[in-house]
Amino acid sequence: MDFGFTNTEWFFGTMIMDKLNEIYGFQVVVNNLGNFAMGAVLTLEITFFSILIGMVLGLIAALGRMSRMKIINFISVSYIDFFRGTPLFVQILLLYFGVIPLVFDATPVQAAIIACGLNSGAYVAEIVRAGIQAVDKGQMEAARSLGMTHGQSMRFIILPQAFKIVIPPLINEFVMLLKDTSLVSAISAHELTHTGKMLYASTYQAVWVWGAVCVFYFIMTKVISMLGDWTERRLAT
Amino acid sequence: MIVVKNLHKSFDKLEVLKGIDCHIHQKEVVCVIGPSGSGKSTFLRCINRLEEAQQGQIFIDGEEVTAPNADINRIRQEMGMVFQLFNLFPHKTTLENVTLAPIKIKKMSKEEAEDIAIGLLRKVGLGDKDHVYPSQLSGGQKQRVAIARALAMQPKVMLFDEPTSSLDPEMVGEVLEVMKNLALEGMTMIVVTHEMGFAREVGHRVFFMDEGILMEEGTPAQIFDNPQNPRTQAFLSKVL
Ligand SMILES: Nc1ncnc2c1ncn2[C@@H]1O[C@H](COP(=O)(O)OP(=O)(O)OP(=O)(O)O)[C@@H](O)[C@H]1O
Ligand SMILES: [Mg+2]
Repeated sequence: MDFGFTNTEWFFGTMIMDKLNEIYGFQVVVNNLGNFAMGAVLTLEITFFSILIGMVLGLIAALGRMSRMKIINFISVSYIDFFRGTPLFVQILLLYFGVIPLVFDATPVQAAIIACGLNSGAYVAEIVRAGIQAVDKGQMEAARSLGMTHGQSMRFIILPQAFKIVIPPLINEFVMLLKDTSLVSAISAHELTHTGKMLYASTYQAVWVWGAVCVFYFIMTKVISMLGDWTERRLAT
Repeated sequence: MIVVKNLHKSFDKLEVLKGIDCHIHQKEVVCVIGPSGSGKSTFLRCINRLEEAQQGQIFIDGEEVTAPNADINRIRQEMGMVFQLFNLFPHKTTLENVTLAPIKIKKMSKEEAEDIAIGLLRKVGLGDKDHVYPSQLSGGQKQRVAIARALAMQPKVMLFDEPTSSLDPEMVGEVLEVMKNLALEGMTMIVVTHEMGFAREVGHRVFFMDEGILMEEGTPAQIFDNPQNPRTQAFLSKVL
């Protein structure tokens, strides 16, 4: 009998499995792997669409914040300050129960995406602004001296260079956002944390259930950071 | 061709240009010399309005650059500028650095712009470097690409702000050589420089600036061999 294990290892391995199977919490986790996975998928969905909204809003708000037009500047600064200066949890409650119902009848997941997207946009705006300001001032001057408009200089010269600079902080923001989506369990969007809450309520296996939830979150954030590192390496030339 | 009238420029309370008047002719090469902080760069940057003057007027071929309604983007196309720190676009190849403005601003076709760019790169001695990124070039090569980039817009005037000051000594010559050839072709040039040899040999006129004032101007022979203003004498005794 040779499966690459020594007899002793084999013995302990099966013994650990037997012991684990006697534990109720372990069974809860194993039997609900599908539910965890479904929750994780919804977490990813909320994160993905929030990132999309956040990137678009963030770019607009960053440019608006640097605009010389007073009204645009004021709107951008107010937006950024509000969403960075108040808790995301409260924003979710305000939007879901207060503001969004005035406009349309949103599902919890839609409300979650809107709230997280708006919130993320404010942070992305500051990241993008820092990135643009990190591009050497001489670049804008060289572009303008050739006769490019401010807009052309931004589009062809500044933003492409800022893009590389902002990748690491943006990835960091995406990781934070993914973790922060756990807050939308408060409005019953059935994402990963909500799955945990339901399972915990029916089993009281706190360590096993929440431990498993952590493992799922950890895998997702790890994958995002690895994708980020990979992109960064590809763009570093 | 370039007329400057009573140009004043301040940064907050600091008055940097205190009323500059001058007239630069077509095909003329004017070298601007003077101590650090005297306002040479500011003067040059006011001409293409990278800095906004508070008072005074600048005309290029009779068109007022300083007019509030001037089409500055079009006017800038007629003035090439070369910077001390090159300011090449690091995310673009040498060729793209030169073709970008003609393609995006003049709406030139890519083929035509590349033809012109390759010709210009050859002219500055970099015919074999078109697909290289700026980070792979030496300082002297970068500055020659920057000159080609400015020339690609077919400007009437070239403004140089200490184009060799950040170069290693052995690379100064190759850049000055390119500038000299440009002058021989009849380009109108304003060159802020500490290269007195270049000013004497290539310049038609030399401006000595100090404390925001055009203290003295004249032919290189007048300025270098027989300066009248004591400030000019003091400055030259330090640098020559
Ligand atoms: N953007 C700015 N804001 C405030 N002060 C400035 C600015 N640019 C230049 N100055 C000041 O204006 C004065 C003239 O500067 P300028 O760069 O024109 O001098 P310069 O003759 O080109 O000197 P150098 O030979 O060192 O390049 C200096 O005292 C400088 O500190
Ligand atoms: Mg200077």
